[in-house]
Amino acid sequence: MSKPATPVAPPLKDELDIVIPTIRNLDFLEMWRPFFQPYHLIIVQDGDPTKTINVPEGFDYELYNRNDINRILGPKASCISFKDSACRCFGFLVSKKKYIFTIDDDCFLESEFGLGSVICMSVNCRDEFSLFAGRGGAGVSFGDLGVNGPREYAKKKFFVYVAKDPSGKEINALAQHIQNLLTPSTPFFFNTLYDPYRDGADFVRGYPFSMREGAPTAVSHGLWLNIPDYDAPTQLVKPLERNTRYVDAVLTIPKGTLFPMCGMNLAFDRELIGPAMYFGLMGDGQPIGRYDDMWAGWCTKVITDHLGLGVKTGLPYIWHSKASNPFVNLKKEYKGIYWQEDIIPFFQSVTLPKESTTVQKCYIELSKMVKEKLGPIDPYFTKLADAMVTWIDAWEEINSPAQSAPAADAKKDGPSSKKK
Amino acid sequence: METIFSRFHLIIVQDPDLKGELKIPEGFNLNLYTKSDIDKVVGSSSNAISFSGYSCRYFGYLMSRKKYIISIDDDCIPAKNSNGEPIDAISQHIINLTTPATPFFFNTLYDPFCEGADFVRGYPFSLRSGVECGLSCGLWLNLADYDAPTESLKPDLKNSRYVDAVLTVPARTMLPVSGINISFNNELVGPALLPAFRLAKEGKVRWETVEDIWTGMCVKVVCDHLRLGVESGLPYVWRQERGNAVESLKKEWEGVKLMEDVVPFFQSVRLSESAVTAEDCVVEIASSVKEHLGPLNPTFAHSAETMVEWIKLWKRVRAN
Repeated sequence: MSKPATPVAPPLKDELDIVIPTIRNLDFLEMWRPFFQPYHLIIVQDGDPTKTINVPEGFDYELYNRNDINRILGPKASCISFKDSACRCFGFLVSKKKYIFTIDDDCFLESEFGLGSVICMSVNCRDEFSLFAGRGGAGVSFGDLGVNGPREYAKKKFFVYVAKDPSGKEINALAQHIQNLLTPSTPFFFNTLYDPYRDGADFVRGYPFSMREGAPTAVSHGLWLNIPDYDAPTQLVKPLERNTRYVDAVLTIPKGTLFPMCGMNLAFDRELIGPAMYFGLMGDGQPIGRYDDMWAGWCTKVITDHLGLGVKTGLPYIWHSKASNPFVNLKKEYKGIYWQEDIIPFFQSVTLPKESTTVQKCYIELSKMVKEKLGPIDPYFTKLADAMVTWIDAWEEINSPAQSAPAADAKKDGPSSKKK
Repeated sequence: METIFSRFHLIIVQDPDLKGELKIPEGFNLNLYTKSDIDKVVGSSSNAISFSGYSCRYFGYLMSRKKYIISIDDDCIPAKNSNGEPIDAISQHIINLTTPATPFFFNTLYDPFCEGADFVRGYPFSLRSGVECGLSCGLWLNLADYDAPTESLKPDLKNSRYVDAVLTVPARTMLPVSGINISFNNELVGPALLPAFRLAKEGKVRWETVEDIWTGMCVKVVCDHLRLGVESGLPYVWRQERGNAVESLKKEWEGVKLMEDVVPFFQSVRLSESAVTAEDCVVEIASSVKEHLGPLNPTFAHSAETMVEWIKLWKRVRAN
């Protein structure tokens, strides 16, 4: 669908935070600059807090490292993972905005040129184009490379598909997520033409009119071109497989159906579902990794189904550039792979009590069920259930009405660095 | 259509209300059934079951002895892909029917069995072999399958979006199945493709009927119960203009109104463990229709009777 490359007024500029977990660097932000610069960023620095993460000039951000997390949450900091991108949920906790968009630091803008042709490019990158190439280094100009600019460089050097339509259509992933969140979902009955609220589509014959108002959308789950989000066994068997299929659809995942939620390209309405977006205990000192977003997704879906909210999946696509090491992934995931055989039936059978009318209440109920039903599988789940409660406590503390008063101890609760 | 259809056996059923002789192009391997054939086979059941209009195709399903059946409305032609080549809808339907479906957990990369895709991280391994596909629902470019109110309100709304995906509609999720472009496994679900839901003033264009929506939901309930899959998405066909939606709207509101009761009913119907074939399932659904929907409208009561008659007819024809 057609969107202006630089929108006149960035939608939801003052109502949306972009949360990025990082352990390396934020060079990828350069690529996103025209789309992200109007928004406030919350950067959660994982790993060694003494390392300085360089944020490119001109972004409005707050950055939290492990020391900040410990300082702000005190003993409750135990629920925030260390050495895992699950730490991103700390950013969700401290945000003051209604909407969140979260993305990994190895994901890039994807642009569509014509039907089915995809080219990844940077709209506004500087002459140090090698940055965009993912190689680091500086000082190379386009003239040196024998091209006119970034588009031509990208076409010549990298990307598999060449633009078919020279006028091109750029898809702003953030704008698409916002569109997804601001239009209703349709979880109660499947529409065969996918999202009926998109331009050029509608409800099909047979769709009851009483269901056409839909449900409020809580989550917008985007997808990835190039490196697909496969688990380690699949990566090992198919190391060369790339996702090249651009499926031009947004659809609501029906009520009662679970799905694997990937945190790489995700947006949600924090007011509607925020407390459910806890990414669990992963990484350092934990028996499992790479199941953080999965856990958050299963909890979230059960709660959105209970509260009559919707979850969308499909567009927008981002370009996932880095394949992680499948052997490292296997070590992190292997427990998850056989635990999920019990976890999935557990979530499929969860029924929340009618009295659970808020996300927090639902989540506490869920934590009790996790302890009771999954605890016997491994002590990890008992720890996780406790962490779920700690998370809700932290959420209530950070997001209680008293916190919004400006007289609160700014130094105690603030980030280690910010820029405006 | 010739290059696509001519490799297969065609069953053509002439609408019993359509007078005169059909002109059929040369070169096809086919069986043609007319009103007299229908009367001969159906005999005394003909009072309950009507094969007129769009429902004449169900007679064709009854007569077929093949494993897979594909049915496309006669106002559809092959759509073209982005290279301008005609899309072979038959091949795609066959692929859908012969590769496993995944109704128990949603795969965010859609059909994991197609080239270049797979199950994503977080998809349970025990569910990765999938189940057999019972029904494949295709889509339409140009004139999408909208109801009369939508079509009247947006007469210029043309579907030009080609969504390159097939996905399994999850278990216990209901959908409006359009009879315009479908295929199914006749051995597994054949009896559930039935002509049972006629509107009082049912007409000759799709937006004056909802018979396929009813049938589709029966098939979905059967598939969910028998642990079979229902897929939706590719292939697309190109559907041509026909009829006037505003005229239809003046004639017929009933279908739209009845959906308000139909959908919640099918979402809640549950079958017993002893229903192990599609025939058993249909009979149970019919009994539930009679009990829960019958009192609301005579159309429903009549549908329940028709469904029972249909199964009797199905068994009789199969026995011969």
